[in-house]
Amino acid sequence: MTLEVRNLRVSFGQRTVVAIDALDLGDGEILGLVGESGSGKSITSLSIIGLARSLGATVSGSIKLDGRELTTLGEREWRELRGDRIAMIFQAPISSLNPVMRVGDVFVRALRLHGASRAQARDRARRAMEEVVLSPQLLARYPHQLSGGQAQRVAIAMAVALRARVLLADEPTSALDVTVQAEILSLIGRMRLEEGISVLFVSHDLAVVAGLCDRVAIMRAGQIVESGATAATLRAPATEYGRELIAAVPRLGDAHA
Amino acid sequence: MTAVGIGAGRARGVLRRLGHELARNPTLTVGAVVLAIVVVVAIFAPLLAPDPTDAGNATHPLSVLQAPSSAHPFGTDELGRDLLTRVMYGGRTSLQIVVEVLAIAAAIGIPLGLIAGYFGGAVDQVIMRVTDIFLAFPALLLSLAIASVFTPSVGHMILAIAVTWWPWYTRLVRGEAASVVRRPYVESSRTLGVSHARIVARHVLPNAATPVLVQISMDAGGVLLVSAAISFLGLGAQDPTPEWGLMVSQGASYFSTQWWYATFPGIAILITAMAFNLIGDGLRERLDPKRVLSR
Repeated sequence: MTLEVRNLRVSFGQRTVVAIDALDLGDGEILGLVGESGSGKSITSLSIIGLARSLGATVSGSIKLDGRELTTLGEREWRELRGDRIAMIFQAPISSLNPVMRVGDVFVRALRLHGASRAQARDRARRAMEEVVLSPQLLARYPHQLSGGQAQRVAIAMAVALRARVLLADEPTSALDVTVQAEILSLIGRMRLEEGISVLFVSHDLAVVAGLCDRVAIMRAGQIVESGATAATLRAPATEYGRELIAAVPRLGDAHA
Repeated sequence: MTAVGIGAGRARGVLRRLGHELARNPTLTVGAVVLAIVVVVAIFAPLLAPDPTDAGNATHPLSVLQAPSSAHPFGTDELGRDLLTRVMYGGRTSLQIVVEVLAIAAAIGIPLGLIAGYFGGAVDQVIMRVTDIFLAFPALLLSLAIASVFTPSVGHMILAIAVTWWPWYTRLVRGEAASVVRRPYVESSRTLGVSHARIVARHVLPNAATPVLVQISMDAGGVLLVSAAISFLGLGAQDPTPEWGLMVSQGASYFSTQWWYATFPGIAILITAMAFNLIGDGLRERLDPKRVLSR
């Protein structure tokens, strides 16, 4: 599925926090959205899934999913779309699961919400868990009994089981240690290849973005200052800010130089 | 077969854990045991009471205001009715009042608090200002004022107390709900397309419920005392309904000569209110996260 963002303006009161003229996500593409903290990355992804308004933001502009305008959808249409077509995963995987519900209950409820029968939902949950290389037995656990990596994979499994076509990943690996991070990244890469999902990958970690994304868009103060193919953009940024951002990445050996 | 086995095993596990809990928490245990006795006596009053007809309109002119004896362990009242019987039946009235007041107050207060805390903004303002108005009156005085408008009866008294009781729960739940709403799992369930109603019921309520449950259990004693006070002042239960507050009131005029009439219903109020308070304290202690840290 393709996502087409035009003239997106998000503001809180008088303060405009996002002003994106154009942002495109192609079918089966992984687009990295990078930038420093507070540059508007997260609020952009929340706007795409229609949740920025409930934070008190004013949103204008156009967001099209396969040509369908999203900004004018009502609450009911949004609810059907969320999870079903667009899914989102978050930075803190464990606290993104309700602590009083077993993982399997969350899973089954999410699937039933989008029309699966109870038996179907259980079956799809087990298969999705296997797809993300987790034992289906983890479905009987509570969120605090999972590791961060397991919980994040559960979140991805949920998106897979719901057959979401667009995945918004808001810093999905920032809270995980490096080896687990690598697993999650390769999982996202595999999902793109096998399922053909499109991914908007929000991150401040340029190394992660370089390894995963096809294209990258650099945000600063709510605007996209530069975008292009990942390798070219990161190797030779066209803008002053792009150069600064890349120069700011610490490299091994810098301390000695 | 296996399902039955698992069910029984789980039930045993729960019982064992309950046993551990009671042994570790004497406050809760004493309160629970005393309350259990009061409840059993109230439920089985028709079987246990010496003379069940004395719970109603009976009169026995030959045994008026008799001192405690083996025939009437708590003595008799001015109509000759057995006071042990009336105290036992009074437990039914009191427990009914406590349960219904708390149920009504929770049924009004908790949903309003959830709505205020979840949606915030103007909805929150309106709901919380209304609760502020109620909280600005002294609860007992407001209950008395409302009760005095209606014909005095147990039902009207329950309504009068419940009307002043719910704002506490609204305020408590609102604060909890407002903090739960900010947690990531609420946002993530919204990204899955879960409706507001379901999020409130499934995600906010269960994670905001603990302090309210404790508060409700601590309030049971308070409701009992308020209802006894209202009945004592003649605005609640009416004779022949057996009600402890009313019996204390009726017995008060005989207190200097027939001490037992007001004393035994009074002791019943004392014991039951204390049991409720012990349970409330015990629960609070059990559910207080700081306790775990200080161990």
